[in-house]
Amino acid sequence: MPSLGADMEFGTLVRWHAAPGARVERGAIIAEVETEKGVFAVESPVSGTVSALVVAEGTKVPVGTVLARFGEEPAAAEPAARPIAQVPLAPAPPLVPRLRASPVARRRAAELGVDLTALWDAGRTHPITLAEVERAAGALAAAPPLPSSVPVAREQPAAPPAPPSDEARAAMRRAVAAAVSRSNREIPHYYLSTSISLRRAMQWLQERNAALPIEQRMLPAALLLTATARALGEHPELNGFWVDDGFRPGEGVHLGVVIALRAGGLVAPAIRDANRKSPAETMRAMSDLVRRSREGGLLGSEMTAATATVTNLGDEGAESVLGVIYPPQVALVGFGRVTERPWAEDGMLGVHPVVTASLAGDHRATDGRAGGRFLATLDRLLQAPEAL
Amino acid sequence: MTAADVRAVLLRELHRIAPEVRPETLDPRLPLRDQVDIDSMDFLNFLIAARRELGVDVPEADYGRLRTLDACVEYFTSRRPHAEPAAQPDRK
Repeated sequence: MPSLGADMEFGTLVRWHAAPGARVERGAIIAEVETEKGVFAVESPVSGTVSALVVAEGTKVPVGTVLARFGEEPAAAEPAARPIAQVPLAPAPPLVPRLRASPVARRRAAELGVDLTALWDAGRTHPITLAEVERAAGALAAAPPLPSSVPVAREQPAAPPAPPSDEARAAMRRAVAAAVSRSNREIPHYYLSTSISLRRAMQWLQERNAALPIEQRMLPAALLLTATARALGEHPELNGFWVDDGFRPGEGVHLGVVIALRAGGLVAPAIRDANRKSPAETMRAMSDLVRRSREGGLLGSEMTAATATVTNLGDEGAESVLGVIYPPQVALVGFGRVTERPWAEDGMLGVHPVVTASLAGDHRATDGRAGGRFLATLDRLLQAPEAL
Repeated sequence: MTAADVRAVLLRELHRIAPEVRPETLDPRLPLRDQVDIDSMDFLNFLIAARRELGVDVPEADYGRLRTLDACVEYFTSRRPHAEPAAQPDRK
């Protein structure tokens, strides 16, 4: 069972996409796993022939459990996945007799008209899964299987998702609680912040958007994310992981983006190779991640790929945010709301759109000086949006 | 399409984006974003849906005129293409 984030302790194997004897290539979707944050497609960590499926569909197991064995791999040499985070296992949660189901399962049950209480046997402890709901509806055969690559954008969701239950909210809250507690326990954070004028960036954006149909318009967040990724590329000491008492640089800049879920709680899937994307590509990637975070369809690998994370409070948020680093990453970049503020420049006072950018750094990996240089680079990049 | 039809379309799309929205508790005269938890990405998706359903493209400069549901209904109703059935938004 791969770890799909520092906050994951257990996962339920919802569905296998491979059978014993099947040849599987590394990176192919081999299973679907459900956690408190939703259903994720899990890619095979190795190429080979599946010799045994160890964990049956519908089974909830701790992170690190062997899910399947491969015939062509030396026995027990390859774990089922290589979690980058060593997540301490918590004791199993106490038995809760009341009905539990994952958020996705609940939503699907509402769509299909499935009565969840009919699926809740006495004495059961693991949550009702998506697969069970679909099986109950007899819709398993009719429903399209999860695509073998990143799903393409659908025109429209099938139906508005049902509002989340109290139980789903509580489970998500526990998942977030585990992650942030671990972060604050293990990571000595330092914080820096700086105000950045977005006058040029916003002007550039307005001129660009004025000429485009609404589907192609860009939000300021796309520029902030692009600049962050480029700055991380220039400051590799902030892009990577603290593991085994040492810093391990990330291979590429994969920018985690904190996305608030309507059910409450957060996920932080990654935009891969974000420092090599244009602002328009970043906008599309961000929009796609937000949609899949809320509707389902994130890949397990997207949940673990991030080499650094950014949180952007957007235009309704507070003016600044000092974030909590996602272990084992070593940096979290925060952006507050863009506000109009008096701004002195070249001896003149004007009114500029301004954003407060912050950096939460892992003091084991870097010092404030490195963080300060990073924020200065971020500022420089945002003063030349056309060059991003 | 009447103002009531436009209102129904907007409420449906808003509900799609923010499922917790209950039309009966939404005050159409008060700012939408004070009542519904939508971020700038949600708002953009709302306008994209409105363009698809109503054939009206809102320039960025007009975003500030769409603060309340009543303002949205008035805006989209007055700008709807008159030809029926609804003109397909051209995709470039």
